[in-house]
Formats: sequence, structure tokens, C-alpha cells
Amino acid sequence: MIHPIPSGTRDVLPEETREVRAITDALRAVFERRGYGEVYTPALEYESVLARADMAEARPAYRVFDETGAVLALRSDMTVPIARVVATRYAASAPPLRFSYFAHCYRGVRPQRGQPRELLQAGIELIGAPAPEGTAEALTVLCQALDATGLKGYRVGLGDASLFPALMASLAVPDGRRAQLLEALVLRDFVALAEALEQSGLPAPDIRLLLDVPQRRGGPEVLADMPAPAGEALTGLRQVHQLLDPEVASRVIFDLGLVRNIGYYTGAVFDVYDPALGTPIGGGGRYDELLARFGRSLPAVGFALGVDRLHIALAGEERGTGALLAHGAGAGAGAPDLAGAGETPR
Amino acid sequence: MSATGGLTIAVPRGALFDGTVDLLAALGVDTAELRANDRKLLFEDIGVITMRPSDVPTYVESGAADLGVTGKDVLLEQAAQRPGEGGREVYELLDLGYGRCTMVLATQAGPDPALEALRRLGVMRVATKYPRIAARYLEETGRQAEIVEVKGSVELAPLTGMVEAIVDLTATGTTLRENNLVIREEIVACTARLVANRVAHKLKAAQIDALLARLRELPAAARGRGAGEPV
Repeated sequence: MIHPIPSGTRDVLPEETREVRAITDALRAVFERRGYGEVYTPALEYESVLARADMAEARPAYRVFDETGAVLALRSDMTVPIARVVATRYAASAPPLRFSYFAHCYRGVRPQRGQPRELLQAGIELIGAPAPEGTAEALTVLCQALDATGLKGYRVGLGDASLFPALMASLAVPDGRRAQLLEALVLRDFVALAEALEQSGLPAPDIRLLLDVPQRRGGPEVLADMPAPAGEALTGLRQVHQLLDPEVASRVIFDLGLVRNIGYYTGAVFDVYDPALGTPIGGGGRYDELLARFGRSLPAVGFALGVDRLHIALAGEERGTGALLAHGAGAGAGAPDLAGAGETPR
Repeated sequence: MSATGGLTIAVPRGALFDGTVDLLAALGVDTAELRANDRKLLFEDIGVITMRPSDVPTYVESGAADLGVTGKDVLLEQAAQRPGEGGREVYELLDLGYGRCTMVLATQAGPDPALEALRRLGVMRVATKYPRIAARYLEETGRQAEIVEVKGSVELAPLTGMVEAIVDLTATGTTLRENNLVIREEIVACTARLVANRVAHKLKAAQIDALLARLRELPAAARGRGAGEPV
């Protein structure tokens, strides 16, 4: 007899739970040590409250009516609920405020793609700490937390959500074109970006710049010979980098084309990569305008890690296989395990 | 270090295979075995895995391959159809120029049966292997359509009266003509594209950029210019 569960959800049995618990315990110890108090919030919120944030692609996907007819939604992240907590429960508290969480969030999926509907996120929110110091603290806690789990090969891609829009503004890209160019970048489609730029009638050097800058990624050298128009966002990235301890700084890859598909990010944004997994393990960034939507204007920064993805990456590193390890340059460790490689996060 | 900098590349079998293998050869990859053995799937020595074109985004998205070559038609069919819907999360890096063909709407020659169906029945029936591209195009052009997904020869569907129109990819139009079908509308031009895994694009940036630079330096004959507008 089969009693199915919805695709994208799963039961976690004791052996896996023990491994997951070891990971969350390691993360929790770091969050606590750095002063990030753990909070729980309801999985169900009023839809109208969650809708105050601009969630774009990560907006809540599941809604129910309560007994009075009000619309409830399953949260799709923890950043928005914590913004609500700060505005309502900490309305008069002096910043900065530090919170951590381990919570299930709920996202819509496309069928047959191995995407999770329910995902366990672990993360922090640092409220009331502006850039660059707040950003540097979040990145430091991120690296300490990942180190504590035993993950070895990870890197943090660091970009700035305001960089490309600022570049477009300073090069006087016509207003009507900007959304189109940004959309191509969000879709990671450099062919469409090139085509849109060619039709834009902009001067050739500007076109080259708008195509070149978002493809720059690597060490601090990618910031070095940047043209003036990208100025402010780059200054911000440099300041963050200077505040980082060497072991954290060595994990950072600058990625000038990094954009997040969640609308509330305003400044620095980051993604966590590990060669054992073909998709980011987590990410975060600054959301300096989100709190104001809940009535308490404070700059903020945070990150969320997908615990299941982190688990897969740890297991992949342990085996010496996993997405990019199996065939990667200099991998050379036995025959590539095609069946195990490229495992989609559950 | 191999000619592709140790990167794993997903190569599509089928119509794009020869162009892709020629490109690899132009980059200095030893393609003899790849050309000779059409059953083998994994060519570790040269960092190549082969598969059908529509599987390329799947392998690249998961990281089983760092890079891949596939048609724009495949990418459009698997792309997000509306905001908020997740498409394939791969980077589209380069229009490789070859494998040029056009996604078209075709119906039987003579008076357009699709127009008649729309006028009298309010809806046209359309057979296609690209249901998402077809549905989106017809929606955007304001026509009600019933999309019938078929896996094999699409040309058969209007000949048997099952549908009034087809949406399909055509390079020369020969198969359409042989089946008494005429192109009524061109939807989008498609060429081969180079796509990259999200994580590889960051962690193997130097190798990928070096490969891109070499691809861009190849003579224009190896990779033409120009590509279709997204539908």
C-alpha cells in the first residue's frame, strides 16, 4: 500500500537526522558564540504581512484560508518574518540586533526537477549594522559557521546588487532599456545582454563596459582597473574586503555580475559555492530598505544556508566526488562516478 | 592539461553534433574517437560527455558538466515562461552561430486551416515538440490554441486532420514542403549556444574565460554572428 507524500518533501530518518543534527549543532554553536540569539516564528503568516516585502521569485507559494476567511501563507524565507519580529517585538530596542534561526521554508517548484518544496534553512540576520562593518561581520560569521561544519573547499562569491544599475545610470542608458538589460543579467543570459546592448545605440566603449563588467569575477584584481562609473558600489566592496580577516578574505571571489532573484536586496550580495555541489549552498546580502516597510527603518544584512545542500556538499567532499570534483581539473582520483555526480539538491 | 583546460563539456548528439565536434577540433581537442564511436557516452581523456540536446541543460545545471552546447530552442523550451517561475539555472555565455534554424508555425498549403478553425471554432489545434514555446507564442499573439504534444514527426499531425497547425524547428524547409506544409509565421531564429554551470562559472572562472577567449578568436566561419529574438 502506498501513501505518497508531495514531491519535493521527504521524511528524514534517524541516520540522516543524526548527520543533519551534527551540522546544525556546529552552526548553532558559532551563531550563539557570535551573539546571534535563536528565534522561532510561525510557519504560517498572514499573506498581507509577508507581501510587504518584495520577494520576486521567492514569494510565498502556498496559501490557505483560516476559519475567518483570512489568507495565510507558508513562509518562503526567514528574513521577512524576522523583519516583522524586529518591527513589532523590538520596536524600541537599540540596534544592532542579532538573530539566528533553523527553520523550514516553503517554495514553489517545477515538476521533475528535484527542487524542494520544503527546505531547512539555517541563517542569521544582523539588524541595524550598516555597510561595510555589518557586511564584514555577516561574512565572517558565515565562514566561521561553514568551517565549524568541516566544509573545506567552499568560496563566497561577493557582488553588489546596485553595481549594474549604477553603471547603467552613469553611462546614461535610456530608462526604457535598463529593465531589459537587467533582466538578461538576472537570467544569466550574456547572449541576450549582448544583443540588447547592440540594439541600444550606445557608444561602442560603453557597450563593451556593460558587457565586460558583469562577467568579471575572481580575486581583488577584478576591482583594480575598474572604470570610474562603477565607483560607489566598488568602493563599498573594497571597504568590506579590507575589514575581513585574511582567512575570510581568502574565501571571497568578487563577482561583479552577481544579482539575486529576490527583490529586497539593496547592496552587497553573496552566494556560497562548493566544488562538491553544482548549485549554491546558500547566500545572502544587504537589505537596507526592507525593515522600513515594516515601520522600523534600519539597515540590515543576513544569510541563509540550505542545510540539505550543505549536507550533500559535505558528503561529496568526504567521498572526493560530487558535481565539479568528479571531472574537474586535476581531480584525477579514480574513475568519475557519473551516477553520484551532479546529484540535485533534495 | 587538456585542450579545454580540464573542463567537462556536454556535447549534443544529433544535428548539432558535427558543428560542436568541429569546434572542439578547432580548439585542439583530439576528436577522433568522439567521431568514430557513436555509442560511447563518456570520453574522459578529452573531458567530453555526449547526450541528446535537450538533456544538456540538465547535466550542466547539476554540475555533471561544467559547460555544454545546446540549441536556443532547447533553452527557450526549458526557460521560465512567466516571472516567478524558475527556469534552468545556467549561464548562457556565447552564441556559437552554427545549427541555425527557425521555429515556425506551419499549416497545410492552400487556404489557412488554422484561420478557419479560429474563426469558426474559436480555437486552433497545434501539434508540437515544443509545447511551452508554442503556448507562449500563441498566448502572446492573442490566439486560443489547444496544444497537442507529440514526440515524433510533427508533420504527420496536420496531414491526418488531428490538428490544423504545427510549431516546429526547420532549417531548410524541405520536410515541410515534402509534406505539403507552408510556413505561415516565423517565431524565433535558433542557433547553438554555449552554456555554463553556475558554480563552475565562479570556481573555474579562469579556465572558462580562457576557453571563451579562444572561441571568440576562431574564424567567423567557425561561429557565425547573430541570433534570434527571444519569443
